[in-house]
Amino acid sequence: MAHQEGVTADAGDSSRVSLMNDPKARGLVFQALLIIAVIYLVYSGVTNAIDNLARAGIASGLGFFGERAGFDIGQSFIPYTNDSTYLRAFFVGLLNTMVVAFIGIFFATLIGFVVGLARLSKNYLVQKFATVYVETLRNIPLLLQLLFWYKAVLSILPSPRAGGLEPGAEVVFNLNNRGLYMPRIVPEGGAQLILYAFIVAVVAWILIGRWAKKRQMATGQQFPVFLTGLGLFIFLPLITYLVTGMPLSLEYASLQGFNMVGGWVIQPEFMALLLGLSLYTASFIAEIVRAGILAVSHGQSEAAFALGLRPNLTSRLVVVPQAMRVIIPPLTSQYLNLTKNSSLAVAIGYPDLVSIFGGTVLNQTGQAVEVISITMLVYLTLSLLTSAFMNWFNSSVALVER
Amino acid sequence: MATHPTSIAYVRTEESPATAPPVLTGGVAGWLKENLFATPRDTVLTILTFLFLLWIVPPIIDWAFISAVWTGESREACIAPGTGACWAFVEAKFGQFIYGRYPIEERWRVNLSGLLLIAGLVPIAIPSVPYKRENALYLLVVFPVLAFILLTGQLGLEPVETPLWGGLLVTLVVAIVGIVVSFPLGILLALGRRSEMPIVKMFSVIFIEFWRGVPLITVLFMSSVMLPLFLPDGVSFDKLLRALIGVALFSSAYMAEVIRGGLQAIPKGQYEAANAMALTFWQGTRLVIMPQALKLVIPGIVNTFIGLFKDTSLVLIIGLFDLLGIVQQNMNDQNWISPATPATGFVFAAFVFFIFCFSMSRYSAYMERRLDTGHKR
Amino acid sequence: MNNKILSAVVGITAVAGLGATAASAATLDDVKAKGFVQCGVSTGLAGFSAPNDAGDWSGLDVDLCRGVAAAVFGDAKAVKYSPLSAKERFTALQSGEIDVLSRNTTWTMSRDTQLGLNFAGVNYYDGQGFMVRKSLGVNSALQLSGASVCVQTGTTTELNLTDYFKANGMTYNPVVFEKLEEVNAAYDANRCDVYTTDQSGLYSIRLGLSAPDEHMVLPEVISKEPLGPVVRQGDDQWFSIVKWVHFAMLNAEEMGVTSANADEMLGSTDPNVMRLLGKEGTFGEAIGLGNDWAYNVIKQVGNYGEVFERNVGASTPLAIGRGVNALWSKGGLQYAPPLR
Repeated sequence: MAHQEGVTADAGDSSRVSLMNDPKARGLVFQALLIIAVIYLVYSGVTNAIDNLARAGIASGLGFFGERAGFDIGQSFIPYTNDSTYLRAFFVGLLNTMVVAFIGIFFATLIGFVVGLARLSKNYLVQKFATVYVETLRNIPLLLQLLFWYKAVLSILPSPRAGGLEPGAEVVFNLNNRGLYMPRIVPEGGAQLILYAFIVAVVAWILIGRWAKKRQMATGQQFPVFLTGLGLFIFLPLITYLVTGMPLSLEYASLQGFNMVGGWVIQPEFMALLLGLSLYTASFIAEIVRAGILAVSHGQSEAAFALGLRPNLTSRLVVVPQAMRVIIPPLTSQYLNLTKNSSLAVAIGYPDLVSIFGGTVLNQTGQAVEVISITMLVYLTLSLLTSAFMNWFNSSVALVER
Repeated sequence: MATHPTSIAYVRTEESPATAPPVLTGGVAGWLKENLFATPRDTVLTILTFLFLLWIVPPIIDWAFISAVWTGESREACIAPGTGACWAFVEAKFGQFIYGRYPIEERWRVNLSGLLLIAGLVPIAIPSVPYKRENALYLLVVFPVLAFILLTGQLGLEPVETPLWGGLLVTLVVAIVGIVVSFPLGILLALGRRSEMPIVKMFSVIFIEFWRGVPLITVLFMSSVMLPLFLPDGVSFDKLLRALIGVALFSSAYMAEVIRGGLQAIPKGQYEAANAMALTFWQGTRLVIMPQALKLVIPGIVNTFIGLFKDTSLVLIIGLFDLLGIVQQNMNDQNWISPATPATGFVFAAFVFFIFCFSMSRYSAYMERRLDTGHKR
Repeated sequence: MNNKILSAVVGITAVAGLGATAASAATLDDVKAKGFVQCGVSTGLAGFSAPNDAGDWSGLDVDLCRGVAAAVFGDAKAVKYSPLSAKERFTALQSGEIDVLSRNTTWTMSRDTQLGLNFAGVNYYDGQGFMVRKSLGVNSALQLSGASVCVQTGTTTELNLTDYFKANGMTYNPVVFEKLEEVNAAYDANRCDVYTTDQSGLYSIRLGLSAPDEHMVLPEVISKEPLGPVVRQGDDQWFSIVKWVHFAMLNAEEMGVTSANADEMLGSTDPNVMRLLGKEGTFGEAIGLGNDWAYNVIKQVGNYGEVFERNVGASTPLAIGRGVNALWSKGGLQYAPPLR
């Protein structure tokens, strides 16, 4: 081996070696490879799918949205018949999902805050009870809880006929295995004025709140905003109701033929889903609330006491506002979880998005790729919107330091 | 006396008698006053809670024990009105609840896999036992291979098809495969998300946010209905395997976020020190960053596993028979249909899930306390 | 090319998994290579396809799969079953996961033409009916207005139900579930007044209710539901095999060949029987099988009449009469082209 050759080779090598060791160059190569790999994977997946679909003669595209659905849906908040299109069926499902998620979030928050505070209570019985609640519900799968509520609790209620109802007789409240029946409020002419009264009351409440805050900042005088607002909220619509000549009437449910007719019904599937979702999520929210309150340092409440604030005011003005900053981000992600978990409706027959669109529509059209992708995209959009909101909220309440 | 020649009138010469302790700070009464009846509001709350408990607890005890049916051969035993839990049903179906339809003469293989798992889990869970690295290697690599051989029947063992698997076996298989696969994937994704290479970061973020944004049920639908269409002609997967792929991808996104939390908690000095020691990125990650980050996120990992363990019950919707699925299937068995059967089955399944999840959450809380060096009062 | 590489990748990943199977266009070769027929069945419908506690499947649909296995391998046991929900069944067949779908599937034009499937015959002529509690005092489906109706999603049943109520100007409240067991449980719990599905299914489901005697099937049949085995489009040889296994069973009943007398009949001089049992001609070889294919089917599984009686007939708890499923020569619809 000639020495001369070695030297030249070394010289050549050193520039190459330095390129290989250059993190930037390696990074570029690595990323290029990654892009190629991902593109290849997507490309071959898509070509396979196209091949498979073409060979199997399966239709593709979104044309099916305009076709007649041809099936009925048990619960719908927008007008829907079997002559409606698949697109409308999609919206019925989406709306059903949103409704159950929204009401579920409301109840979960309510129960969660109560239980979370109860866990911090000095009352032994209350505190232990809250602990048992949280530990039990958190450690049992939601699906199991849903099935339990649906099959072991609501299903074994008597049917309307077996429940001893007189055919034709009107009932105010009735819980049977077809649902919870309540009177329905039937609006008559002029009833929309009452709705307007409600809106006016809410707007007034907000305006009074702003004015009161401004006045307090300026003069230090307080104004009973809550009581005033509540009064407006109750009495304004009530007065409108009386003045317009009581344009609302109640329609009661009664047993006719097979089923209860009339009234306002909450179906057992909806009830089971709502119960399961709110109780389960509440156990997580309770822990978030507890952690949030514990996260406020003792110095804060001690400082408040030193200023002479009473315990109630201390929690309302000092502890809770600081705790909320800790509570809100995980709380939002629990709301998101609840929304995603509402897709378990498919197991108990509540017509949500997954059940109607990912179930029935998928079966009738056979277009698995489109239907499942759209379903996933809907949830993804909901998630991204929520995280965007969360980020905005976080930055708006974040402590401004220095 | 002698030392005090002049007695001072106002100095006591005898010890005064001890006063009785305040009645309400010691003993049962004191405890009650302090913990149950401290304020009027507390008293009202206590009474309300007590009444509520009185309303729900006795019926539950009556249902679960007093009116329960403990032995029986068929639904006849549980059909009588007013019967409580039908434990005879659980007794009769217990084998199915644990093993599914796994052949009875081959069940030792499931038991052996379980023992192998426990043999790896116990030492890794106890902080003072040494050889953590080897132990983790056993759990993440050796055990899955052994369990795979045993359960599916390789190397001359009688093959057992996955449709025969069921019950707790499937629940554990799905959860453990999910966690074992998601662990390395999660580490890679977490590193990718913190990487300075924009493309790598972008792909990691998209991957993580996508899987975290969709419900598991749609992921399972995707893997059971859509995935086959994306595979080349003629390649198809076992149903269980498809569910496993879905679950693994789904949980690795969550795992990545947990691990990212750990990475963010490591002080910048550690990274800089690793660089200063001239360690490469991978050396630094392996020797300096990861050991610290992973230790920090043990509670998070356990919590992710609890979530995954509970989520495995969703596979019943795509027709696999996990614990909940097989319990539900057996409820419809003609021999056992009775009004008491569904509640009994669900309570049994809930109890099994609870035992697993509760003990894991206790463990996670214990680790959290061990790792917590903050100041508490 | 791309597909080859991806399948290699997939294959490697599958080593770590639980077994991936590969099937090419020639289903028969694949089936022969792997040594069994992969048959898609229901998740449990007594009389058609249902597993017992040991996991052994039986039923009318299952016997068709066993017949195909007997024809291909001479061994009716060379079948593996994939229980499928209504939603999964077509994807499973399209993707090659199963070789034949025998899962009380209704033959409709859209399924035949738009899903890449071929229906290989009708092994049970069915029609959709209604089941109600006797205590409702209903004796015609036309009295069902206002009822809650339990129905399984993803079936033609759901659409027929809608059409029937619409056509008769009646209203109803649908209660829809994904899985059969859930529909059964809901009906049994009196969540609905009416259960609707194929009539054969109703009889089978009634058996599984907690008090079968309290329920009755209404006389109306609101649809045509020809149920039969399905194969992938584009493989005519396999299509022929499945089709002719069914026809062989029908022809055997017509000629009086049963599993009991099949050996005896080998000595028959009737040219029809000789052709059926492979004594004359090379009908089996023409579809890639042995000439004794039909003999194996009949010997191991039985003719159509036997299979019907064994699984759903008068002697079983289902007690379904032959009705339209009788041979054409006995006033029914079951008619097989001649073996010639």
